[in-house]
Order: sequence, then structure tokens, then C-alpha cells
Amino acid sequence: MKALIVAGPPSAGKTAVILHVARRLLAAGDKVAAVKFDTRSSLDPELYASSLGIPAIGGLSDYLCPDHYFISNMEEALEWGKSRGADCLFIETAGLCLRCAPHIEGLPAVTVVDSLSGLHAPQKMGPMLALTDIVVLTKGDLVSQAEREVISFGIHAANPRARIHPVNGLLGTGSLGLSGELRQLPELDEAAERKLRHDMPAAICSYCTGERRIGRRYQSGNVEKLRPESPHAEPA
Amino acid sequence: MLNRLEIAGGADRAGRPEEIRGIALKAGESLAVAGPTGSGKSEFLADIEQLAAGDTPSGRIVSYRNAKGEMAGRSPAIVATLSQRTNFIMDARVEEFAALHAASLGKPGRDWAQRTADLANTLCGEPMTPESPLQRLSGGQARALMIADIALISDAPVVLIDEVENAGIDKHLAVSVLTGHGKIAVIATHDPVLILSSPRRLIMAEGGMRRLLAAAGEDRRCLDRLAGYDAALLRARDILRRGEEMREEFFR
Repeated sequence: MKALIVAGPPSAGKTAVILHVARRLLAAGDKVAAVKFDTRSSLDPELYASSLGIPAIGGLSDYLCPDHYFISNMEEALEWGKSRGADCLFIETAGLCLRCAPHIEGLPAVTVVDSLSGLHAPQKMGPMLALTDIVVLTKGDLVSQAEREVISFGIHAANPRARIHPVNGLLGTGSLGLSGELRQLPELDEAAERKLRHDMPAAICSYCTGERRIGRRYQSGNVEKLRPESPHAEPA
Repeated sequence: MLNRLEIAGGADRAGRPEEIRGIALKAGESLAVAGPTGSGKSEFLADIEQLAAGDTPSGRIVSYRNAKGEMAGRSPAIVATLSQRTNFIMDARVEEFAALHAASLGKPGRDWAQRTADLANTLCGEPMTPESPLQRLSGGQARALMIADIALISDAPVVLIDEVENAGIDKHLAVSVLTGHGKIAVIATHDPVLILSSPRRLIMAEGGMRRLLAAAGEDRRCLDRLAGYDAALLRARDILRRGEEMREEFFR
């Protein structure tokens, strides 16, 4: 089985891209399955099942950090995919914060970037973009050719070794090249003993345990405060 | 030898072989793609955009060869597409926009902003300067700037244009600006002036390439008349937009 982790900010088009690519893989005779990680609710597993007829499950992180929940369930996701006899398993992340990257050493990594997120988005995206193998650039039809080229340049500067695939999430244009590349990936489906490409943030404070009140006296554990003298406190 | 784009025919939606078995376009050439809505124009452009290799529903094979005759692999750097949008997401002046685009392609200096603005100004009535903010450009100015930018700065040798609406630019001149800079332009459109502006037009039907027609002498004479009507409509639009009244002298 080939396992593929698909990351990217909310509404960048992760699900749309997976649907188009999965359709091409299905047409080529592959068995495809999908796991969607989300926070509170998700319609995507039903969407995968109803539009492609493929096995799909979802996991909701609920009160846990979505990225911690995701990585804690990596083996379970892969075991489920294998139990369904999948040739290719798409693992779609909730894509929330840009502090870390859900990508794992040795497993193919895809990050979806929205052309509308601005020309400086590649600099702001951090490890999710810098540590990926394949970048999918969506919504390119909504910006000018020049803006597309400038964003692609920014992506290349942030991650010179990633291949960039422009894909139109509505029409599927561009999914051909992407699915061709995915078909060539090696079969890798073991996550145990592998490492995350980037560390995840510590998250042990009173708010982690359900605290909702505001004020220093309610805060304990890992608490960092704004430092007005730090160089990032004010715009240069 | 010039850069060449070659399209080998596949099958239409009914699975019949396409009547046009192949088309080759050289640098500086344009092709108009016409046909009713749903006839397959957008799929044809999508095949070119992805350099289809017999692996799209049409089964077409699209290949691009550079001046040395080398075939290019699938790469986003070959095909530029003119956005259907007439606005930019970037919040900057024309000069910053042009400099950023040129720098991202490793082309510093050379006064890109002034040259791009000058070329754009030949395409639309309302002039812009390098200092003009992108967000204040009219639809026509933005479209003109996008075309001038693709012609001058972008490296992509093939330009796809899908259903450009009438944004107040000289469409005929826009196509010749692109081809004049050595681009291969493929234009899907319902606009008679644009269809006749290309030396050849491809007629699509039922998902297939049905006919390939060369613009004959009479086509060209009709183009001049149609372009005259088009210019008249643009002038009338400007008159009405300025709050003036239409007079019958307009037609004399």
C-alpha cells in the first residue's frame, strides 16, 4: 500500500484535489481509501464514500490538539487502510496551524497551497511547506499568470526540492500530472519507528485541561507571555 | 527551427476518431477554437495545459518542442493562461508588480515596469503609469496589463485564452501583441472578431476537433467590418459611461 499524507490550510482544496486524483487512480484499477482528520465535525468521509464509493473514515480530535491527535493515530490509520486492501491510502489532515508539519520522514508528503492566500503565503507557511515533497497549487485560475509565477517562485524558494503541480480543484485540470507522479511512488505503509519531519509544540497548560477563565491566576504549566522588548513585538 | 506545439487527435465523446487528426502551431502563430457551448473547447485547452499524453478522456497527445527540436516534459513553465479575472490579488503598484514578476524569473533590471505599462497602454484607452496601483485599474486596464506582462516578462512559450469577455481592450491587437512576441496563442472564444483574428480556426463539436479552417480573403474583409462594429460598441459604451447621450450622428 502507498500511504500519502495531504496537508494544507483550511479551504485550500485538499479534499477536492484528493477526489480528482483518487478518481484517476480508480480509473487505472487501483483500490483507494481515505482517512480524514478533523477537529469538531467533518463531512468529508461521507463525501469520499458517496462521490467515489471508496472506503473512508474520519477522526475528530475534539478537545485535543489536532496535530497531536493526528500523529498519535498514524499507525491506526495505516492499519485500517491495509485492512481494507487499499493500494493507495490518502491521509488528509485538518490543516489548522502552521506551527508544525504533519509530514513524516520516509512517507510521501503533499502540501496544498491556495493561490489566493497571497504572494507572501509561501514565506509564512513554515515547515508544512518547507518539509514537503509535493506542492499542489490550487485556484490558479483566480489569479493572473504573473501572480501564479511569483507564488511558484516563492514556493521554490521556501522548498527547492518540492515538485509543484498546479491543479484546478473544480475541474480537475492538472490532476493528471499529479496522479502520474503518485503512481510512481514506492509502496510504504509502516509508520512505527519513523520520525516526524518537524517537532510539534508543547501544549500543557491550564487551558489544555478545559480552563476557560482569563487571568494570570488561572494559568499554569507551559505559559509564555508577550515580551514588548522582543524584536517581533512591533512591526519594523 | 521554431518552437512548436503539436496536437495529435484522439476521439470525440462518442468514441469516434476526431476528424482533424493533428495540428501543429509554430512560435508566433495563433489558433482560434470555436464551437457551441459544450462542444469541447475547454477540454481542448485543458489537454494543452496538461500536455496530455493519451491519458485524458479525449486521448489526444500534446507535445511541445523547443527550437532545438527537443521535446519538453510535463511542466507548468510551458503554458501560461490568461486569467478570466480582471483583478489582481496583489496590493501594489504596477512597477512593484512587474519588478517582482521579473525578479522571480531571474530577470532583474531592464525597466520592466515602463515597458509593460507602455505595451498595456497600446491595448486599452485609459493609460496607466508604473505608479498606478493595481487595485485602482479598470477591468480593461488590468486585462491589458496581464496580456502585456505575459508577452514581455513570462517565459512560457504557449498562452491559452479561454472566453475573454469584452473588457474594453483591443482584442485583435491583444492577440497580435502575444504572437508578435513569439508566443503560440490558443484562444477559445465565441467572439467573431477574435475567431477571425487568427489565421486558422478550429471548430469543435461533440468533444472532437471537427473542422480546421484557414482565414480566406473574404473572411479578412469581413473581419475589418466586424472589428468596426466592435469599436463602435466600445465607443458607445464610453459615451454612455461618461453620462452623455447617444446621438444619431454617431452612426454617420
